[in-house]
Amino acid sequence: MAKTVKFEIKRQAGPDSPAVWENFELEWRQGMNVISAMMEIAANPVTSDGKPTTPITYDSNCLEEICGSCAMRINGKARMACSALVDNLEQPIKVEPLSKFPLVRDLQVDRSVLFENLMRVKAWVPVDGTYDLGSGPRVFPQQQEANYPLSNCISCTCCMEVCPQFNEATGFVGAATIAQVKLFNNHPTGKVFKEERLRALAGDGGIQECGYAQNCVEACPKQIPLTNAISDVGRDVVVQKIKDFLRG
Amino acid sequence: MAAPRIIVVGGGLAGLAAVIKIAEAGGHVDLFSIVPVKRSHSVCAQGGINAAKNLKGEGDTTAQHFDDTIYGGDFLANQTPVKAMCEAAPGIIDLLDRMGVPFNRTPEGLLDFRRFGGTLYHRTAFAGATTGQQLLYALDEQVRRYEVDGHVHKYEGWEFLSSILDSKGVCRGIVAMNLRTMEVRAFQAEAVILATGGNGAIFGKSTNSVVCTGSAQSAVFQQGAYYANGEFIQVHPTSIPGEDKLRLMSESARGEGGRVWVPRTPGDKRPWKQIPEAERFYFLEEWYPKYGNLVPRDVATRAIHKVVYEHGLGIDGQPMVYLDLTHIDRETLNRKLEGILEIYEKFVGDDPREVPMKIFPGMHYTMGGLWVDNNQMTNIPGLFAAGECEYQYHGANRLGANSLVSCIFGGFTAGPIALKYAKNVAGAEGDGGAAAEIARQAEMNAQLLKNEGKENPFRLWRELGVTMTEHATVIRYNKGLKQADEKIVELLDRFQNVSLADRTQWANTSFAFTRQLYNMLELSRVIVQGALLRDESRGAHYKPDFPDRNDEKFLKTTKAAFTGATEGPRFEFEDVDTQFIKPRPRRYDAAK
Repeated sequence: MAKTVKFEIKRQAGPDSPAVWENFELEWRQGMNVISAMMEIAANPVTSDGKPTTPITYDSNCLEEICGSCAMRINGKARMACSALVDNLEQPIKVEPLSKFPLVRDLQVDRSVLFENLMRVKAWVPVDGTYDLGSGPRVFPQQQEANYPLSNCISCTCCMEVCPQFNEATGFVGAATIAQVKLFNNHPTGKVFKEERLRALAGDGGIQECGYAQNCVEACPKQIPLTNAISDVGRDVVVQKIKDFLRG
Repeated sequence: MAAPRIIVVGGGLAGLAAVIKIAEAGGHVDLFSIVPVKRSHSVCAQGGINAAKNLKGEGDTTAQHFDDTIYGGDFLANQTPVKAMCEAAPGIIDLLDRMGVPFNRTPEGLLDFRRFGGTLYHRTAFAGATTGQQLLYALDEQVRRYEVDGHVHKYEGWEFLSSILDSKGVCRGIVAMNLRTMEVRAFQAEAVILATGGNGAIFGKSTNSVVCTGSAQSAVFQQGAYYANGEFIQVHPTSIPGEDKLRLMSESARGEGGRVWVPRTPGDKRPWKQIPEAERFYFLEEWYPKYGNLVPRDVATRAIHKVVYEHGLGIDGQPMVYLDLTHIDRETLNRKLEGILEIYEKFVGDDPREVPMKIFPGMHYTMGGLWVDNNQMTNIPGLFAAGECEYQYHGANRLGANSLVSCIFGGFTAGPIALKYAKNVAGAEGDGGAAAEIARQAEMNAQLLKNEGKENPFRLWRELGVTMTEHATVIRYNKGLKQADEKIVELLDRFQNVSLADRTQWANTSFAFTRQLYNMLELSRVIVQGALLRDESRGAHYKPDFPDRNDEKFLKTTKAAFTGATEGPRFEFEDVDTQFIKPRPRRYDAAK
């Protein structure tokens, strides 16, 4: 066999099934990524010791690191599988599901908690309606340039996976949602819900659970300034708490 | 009567746009999507969205946008809906702006616009190089708002299998499969809107997302819906070849000044930097001086194909040409194109600010799709379609940055019409055909699970992709198209021997894929046979043996109907609505 690539992939048939590791050895190709390796396995589902197996279940869609689907742990690091180029990885390449979310099967997990969090903080601009009401508020380029990076969040949940505080004990909401609060509180119309959003982040599981480990900002594949967002929103939450206290 | 039930299938821009309009009017929607809607393929759109806002003092008008779109589409699009779309576009931009899309701004705080292919105006609003992502998120956020107040129920992780038709052929709901439990269930509704995107997967590798298989369109085609202009497939001139897919390099790279070139000497081995200006062949600029690098996509694609295969000038003899941004300063590139440059950097490993990108054409967009009338309704009463899965806004070739506007406009049109239809349609008799359709689907699933053959569905799919890419993309010959059709028939036959490596009934992705594969095979015959019948060249459809457009014979919409026979679909041709702009020759080597 020509040059090959070795993989160790964690398999689990369902949430209650035992986890097993399967090894694969595939022919190396120029530009190969972890996704193309799993496509290859689907077309030829045989382990490196010749045992027939099943294609691997995993989430994927755009394969351009913009849909946020294919987050998994690759060599211990939470990242997107589509942009994980084989040539940049140490072998055997170990692939596991994200560990902080309910497992569905193999590398597929249930990350719907993030979308629920986005509901709780009203992550939207409350427009009056979709009928023609003329142009939106003026936004200077400086403000657009500040908001745009926050709006690039692909909901991959890597920031939550790597956060030591994101666990069942704390119920911490996680960095992604906090960054969205900053984004919508910055918007000229979106800020109408500013107080509600801050209050939603004030209680248990809210922003005070953050332990400033700063893992989130390092794991984010979109380089979103998450720690800045957390400190800005954290300050706003404190101010809001004081205001609410004084108002009684 | 009870509040009407409406189903929207697909959570990209078109689907979400329809949902918002229905929810806003007080209706209730069940929204189905294979992936969480925020992960739909619309996120991949990069460059921008067209609207003739005329904020650059160029005298742009919606009439000019309309003319560019019709002309760019080589006069194949029905003009009434296109005119309506272009007129609605400025209002759509305003709405998106109000919803918080972080569009790029001018120093005065107004919307900024860039140039795109097929027009001489700055007409494209953009949010960095991730416009589709930003637009999808804006609509996703509005839908989440309606979800909170109970107007929308999402069924994410459910795949559409078929529509439910009653004894009179009226659509009464859908059958869908839960992709975790594999449960097959009927969902009844008075109206159904399909917004299920394009069919890139039929070509194996494309710029499309994994879910863009055309499976839903094919399923309803097999149930009696017409499929129109299937042969019109857009091959994007600038994609990045990859092992798992072709990644798009946005037209905005050229819109912001990117230049396409090859060394003038075949087999020139020098690194790009050592090739002096005079020895670089900027072939688009030389061949099309008026539009230069911003000719429409079909024209650019054929030019690249020609320079590589006829002139033998591909870089290092490979099928690749340079797309060069290195003459533009870093700061400008980062501000306007950062997102797409990062894609190249991440997936290829070179920095396009320092080194010209190497690109080649790749399958990108499905101009054809389900036939719909001016109310976005298919020929199956109660079944509507919007977005890339239907055929009506782009004719024979789509202009860059018209897809986002067509998806939103299509959804905005379909939503209220479907709601009105649903309020007025007479109730179904009995279960409207639900039990029968469930039984039909269950039988198909059971058959697939018990098949004992030797064929692997993923390998059959690869063979399909290779055949389709070879014979049914940039250059088409009748001989090759016939070969492709024979190959598809062979694959359909071998499909009967597909055996699944995984027969479990929990999150079985290969099972779901195999169902999609069958539908891809049926739909690929529509593409190939439609191309075979159309003996002319128009827009993206190019036959060297018939190099000219033939309006007398082929200024017609191709309509395919499923027959179930081995010969394949039955075709008929329908006149095109050309009441506003008289067809004229389309050329980009001079001003039109």
